[in-house]
Amino acid sequence: MFIKEYFSTIYRSIKSLLTGMKLTGYYFTHLNKIKTEEYPDNRATLKMADRFRGEVVMPHNENNEHRCTGCQACEIACPNGTIKIITKQEILADGKKKKRIDSFIYHHDLCTLCNLCIVACPSDAIVMAQTFEHAVYDKKLLKKILNNPDSKIMEGVE
Amino acid sequence: MKLLGDDEISEDGEFIINMGPQHPSTHGVLHLKIWLNGETIIKVQPNLGYIHRSIEKMSESLSYRNFIFATSRMDYLSAHINNLACALTVEQGLEVEIPERAQVIRIILSELTRLASHQLWWGSTGLDLGAVSPFFYGMRERESILEIMEETCGARLTMNFMVPGGIMADIHPDFQRKTKAILSQIKTNIKEYDDLLTGNVIFEERTKGVGIISKEDAISFGMSGPCARASGVSCDIRKWFPYSGYEKVQFEEILETSGDCYGRYMVRMREMLQSVSIIEQLIDNIPEGEIQAKTKNVIKLPKGEFYQKVETARGELGVYLVSDGAASPYRIKYRSPNFSNLFALPQMSKGAKIGDLVAIMSTLDLIIPDIDR
Repeated sequence: MFIKEYFSTIYRSIKSLLTGMKLTGYYFTHLNKIKTEEYPDNRATLKMADRFRGEVVMPHNENNEHRCTGCQACEIACPNGTIKIITKQEILADGKKKKRIDSFIYHHDLCTLCNLCIVACPSDAIVMAQTFEHAVYDKKLLKKILNNPDSKIMEGVE
Repeated sequence: MKLLGDDEISEDGEFIINMGPQHPSTHGVLHLKIWLNGETIIKVQPNLGYIHRSIEKMSESLSYRNFIFATSRMDYLSAHINNLACALTVEQGLEVEIPERAQVIRIILSELTRLASHQLWWGSTGLDLGAVSPFFYGMRERESILEIMEETCGARLTMNFMVPGGIMADIHPDFQRKTKAILSQIKTNIKEYDDLLTGNVIFEERTKGVGIISKEDAISFGMSGPCARASGVSCDIRKWFPYSGYEKVQFEEILETSGDCYGRYMVRMREMLQSVSIIEQLIDNIPEGEIQAKTKNVIKLPKGEFYQKVETARGELGVYLVSDGAASPYRIKYRSPNFSNLFALPQMSKGAKIGDLVAIMSTLDLIIPDIDR
């Protein structure tokens, strides 16, 4: 009885090991079934998903115009204090005063990419860019001003 | 047997070792102080606080829309389910009707999260017990699920996709096709998992009869999730207290009676198939309609207390929220599954060998940021 159990254990052990080895061997010989992406080498073909959240950017059109009204909804929506908007008063042609953004400061190092600012924006002024590889040597480089120098607000955006 | 004091070393071979906070098998910064007699464990004492980020206190200064994002950082492998728990708590106070479409998408995403979490656990359990290849097989399916998440939610781990009232955006046009593809892939691949690890003799020897916890102990330690179900405690929140439309889907609560490491392993392996069947029931009949109920721009909850519990991949997550009528919560308390599960570890590992401790810990499936918060 003991001897029978002894040998059946050995048989079962070898069988279970071989079952596992068979699977490993299958993938060893079927290279086309392997899904590994060799990351730094595939940079040219690597495409991130459309909704991937990389960083917040402010798109400008060809006339260097953005859509940001300076309403600060994104600043309130941000849980981390990532966004800081500095506004200025601009005197329009008809003499009226209007609030405009001076600089839209975005701290990439504080940002958790939660998308709440994008959802909060009433005029679609900011979007998420599909960039990655954001590591830099100096922390100061992660503080970005999103509006271009001398940019203006687009006509008709309120 | 006399226990040693903190700094004592006795002459008959008893001594103290520290496992962690950087031990690779502890899956994070868990510090275990272990009293040993030779190779046998006398006592284990978990030492916490290495990754405390004060998420609960932080939430008190954030608005009801904002505090949800931080819960993705608690149990990062079930981020969707954590977000869902918070969203449900706020909705309880708002008393809004969540659109059918949002509810179904919420369940599908939660179950996909559970699948991804269990696959990572399967891989890392193999890795902890000395089998390196399962890690790569587990990661393979998880990667496909994370690609779906990335396409629909925009992020792979910290999605922040559930908002009070519904979901943040509609699903990606490819979502249904890709999910169906991954489901059929998972069903064939679970057979590969069984070939590779479940029937493996070394794995069985190291897990069967190791780290046993009885049903009574599991209840009194407040264990939940797959760990408690392996001891025969019926505690699936999805069955007992259905939320977000789980009452409409058919699934089986997996129970094992052995209470050892192998039992916990088998519960999770069988749970994966249940998750697959839940998604299969829903993926073809996602109802059309709105994805968000109308909520005010600044959410204010009425004065009172709200509690919502959900079943994450590791057990019962409870969110207790006290509101004083302001725009941010007065107090938030999270009842996290890993905290209760961890404190059953000293009981499980009493008398076990030091090598078994790694097996017990890996089948407990601890996520340390969830313990500390």
